[in-house]
Amino acid sequence: MLELLSGFVSELRQSGLPVSLTEHLDAARAVQQIPMEDREALKSALGATLVKSSAHWQAFETAFEVYFSPRVPPGAGGTDDGRAHGSSSPPGARPGSADGAGPPAGGGGTEPMSARELAALLLRALRQGDRALVAALARHAVDRYASMEPGRPVGGTYYLYRTLRHLDLDGLLEQLLEAERSEQELTALEARLLADEYRTRIAQLRRAIEAEIRRRLVVDRGAPALAKSVRKNLPEDVDVMHANREELAALQRTLYPLSRKLAVRLGRKRRHRRRGPLDFRATVRHSLSTGGVPVEPRFRHPRPAKPEIFVIADISGSVASFARFTLHLVYAISTQFSRVRSFVFVDGIDEVTHVFEHAHDPGVAVQRITAEADVVWVDGHSDYGHALSEFDRRWGDEVTSRATVLILGDARNNYHASGAWVLHQLQQQARHVYWLNPEPRQYWGSGDSIVDEYAVHCDAVVECRTLRQLEEFVTELA
Amino acid sequence: MTGSNARAGERHFASIPAVRAGLAGVDYIADDRIAGVVYLADRLGKPVLVEGPAGTGKTQLAKSVAQMAGSRLIRLQCYEGLDESKALYEWNYRKQLLRIQAEQSPASWHELEEDIFSEAFLLTRPLLEAIRTEDPVVLLIDEIDRVELETEALLLEVLSEYQVSIPELGTVRATRVPMVFLTSNNTRELSEALKRRCLYLHVDYPDLARERDIVRRRVDGISEELADQVARIVRSLRTLELRKSPSVAETLDWARTLVVLGVESIDAAQARETLHVLLKYRQDIERAAKELLSADA
Repeated sequence: MLELLSGFVSELRQSGLPVSLTEHLDAARAVQQIPMEDREALKSALGATLVKSSAHWQAFETAFEVYFSPRVPPGAGGTDDGRAHGSSSPPGARPGSADGAGPPAGGGGTEPMSARELAALLLRALRQGDRALVAALARHAVDRYASMEPGRPVGGTYYLYRTLRHLDLDGLLEQLLEAERSEQELTALEARLLADEYRTRIAQLRRAIEAEIRRRLVVDRGAPALAKSVRKNLPEDVDVMHANREELAALQRTLYPLSRKLAVRLGRKRRHRRRGPLDFRATVRHSLSTGGVPVEPRFRHPRPAKPEIFVIADISGSVASFARFTLHLVYAISTQFSRVRSFVFVDGIDEVTHVFEHAHDPGVAVQRITAEADVVWVDGHSDYGHALSEFDRRWGDEVTSRATVLILGDARNNYHASGAWVLHQLQQQARHVYWLNPEPRQYWGSGDSIVDEYAVHCDAVVECRTLRQLEEFVTELA
Repeated sequence: MTGSNARAGERHFASIPAVRAGLAGVDYIADDRIAGVVYLADRLGKPVLVEGPAGTGKTQLAKSVAQMAGSRLIRLQCYEGLDESKALYEWNYRKQLLRIQAEQSPASWHELEEDIFSEAFLLTRPLLEAIRTEDPVVLLIDEIDRVELETEALLLEVLSEYQVSIPELGTVRATRVPMVFLTSNNTRELSEALKRRCLYLHVDYPDLARERDIVRRRVDGISEELADQVARIVRSLRTLELRKSPSVAETLDWARTLVVLGVESIDAAQARETLHVLLKYRQDIERAAKELLSADA
């Protein structure tokens, strides 16, 4: 067990979780306190001792499922689950269907059900909310559709995709709702509640299928190898430019607490900076209580001027999600700045400050930008040169010495003119000019990227691929 | 690490299911994870850091554990500017002054000093109190994320060694290790040092079955059907993107409102009228009404 635990801990460290030696020892002590056969208790024990942030729970769960996955299918071997299956098969089931639920499907030795039977049974199990039967059917579906080949070095998603393609989960949801509607008249509220209920159950089915595929992969390849192939980045380390839809959703969820934390932290930083110049008047007045001897010098509380922020963001396809996240974050902490103005461009440029000012939630505003901003000038491919010179023409005079200019983009200019002179001019006018580039540093200057040409006119060009880097930058800024 | 030895043979709970049952006995419906962590905290003698959205029963957990174990609850409410004289101990300087002034016989300064820095002149604050007390206690350090990062350090000695060092008196060790719960609303990242010393428990919104149980337990006179409906509507609301999802506390308020109004089964009109109990932002209410309650949803 201790060896398994060490492997597990090093896997967690590999995925980026900060697990200290003390925590490792705590985990070892914790597992001695719980019954070994109780997998849920083991999970909560390890979770409580090793994972100290809810953002890391996902990564922990993935690793846990791989390292401590049950080696035998839960339905076989006469475990509690197995007995539950027998008793829970629907009373009025057809003769064929009882077979599907009871015996271990993992062995693959049962008489195969037809695709239609499986679908019908699944539909019924979902409607009745029979979790045990759903799990058994999930195993069956994996048997039937995933056609897993031992030793083949593909990830679980490949098999998952194959299984789900056959099951058609969206179609299942429709069928379930259709079935309900045909039985009774539903009000809108009831229909919505039912849909949500079925969505939860279908999500359970999906998880059951994932678990089954994972279990078989572990048996086939061993935990460490598999853990390596399913390892995912922590939300704050995901590369924003290449995040898939799921990762973007996770990022979005992290963004809200992050911006709240940032705002609190920055607010405190501002209030607690105490080193100001001597306040002569206050010192003398205070000295009256000590007979005119200035025992305790008084200082002025510094009130650092809040910077005014100009955000100029490229929202063309390749970097759009990065621009959205940054705008969201900047606006979420906009109380830390005296004013935030935002401009978005592709090859044309438009001001979108008003979109944010009228929205209560920066997240919503960010969604509206793409629809409302007029950013296409000729062909809708990034043209930094034109966008920058337009900016200079229309708003250039408004950039004052209190302003900090942030430019977001990968500087991939499609071989247009760079317009770097605008930046030069901005740098003269503004307090700072920063460029945030979501591309990895090694790609800078390759192909049509002309970030180096702009860099000479910026106070700094910062690589900002992940939320973590973005957070660091914003903390410095305010 | 010293904690567990000091306290062997002093365990409150027999097993995880026992914790769960015990908590249910005081009307706190725990899931496996909560019960598991409480059990471990007791066994390992470590504090529990409870994090999660507001109104999910973090503070209530500590109260319920105290009630279940028959211990006294000592609560330290954190706020910005909390310092050691409010959290640990303070010398009762007025009493000390009186003592010095009342001194008639020419005793040596040394004796006097011995005297005025004795326990009789000590004002114990929650943390010291929790350690010195003879009866079993549960210490609740509420909203730890409100104190500054530097103040957290005050807690470290208490949390890992269960002792407080007072320069004039020496070290006060716990006679009996208290169960400690720290709650945080996650408004800032807590220090690594603090997290390392604690077991971590993230309490999220409960799932459907648990929320239904909670409603049935804590709302008097609610029918099973209504409790089920309430829990399901709340779950659907939480899937919407709202500024503030309804918390468990708000679910309970809503359920109580419905019971008082004599509602047997919720329809769209009733839900719309009482939605303001559940949601606290106008946009959220509009959104929920549109998504859930209007006919074309």
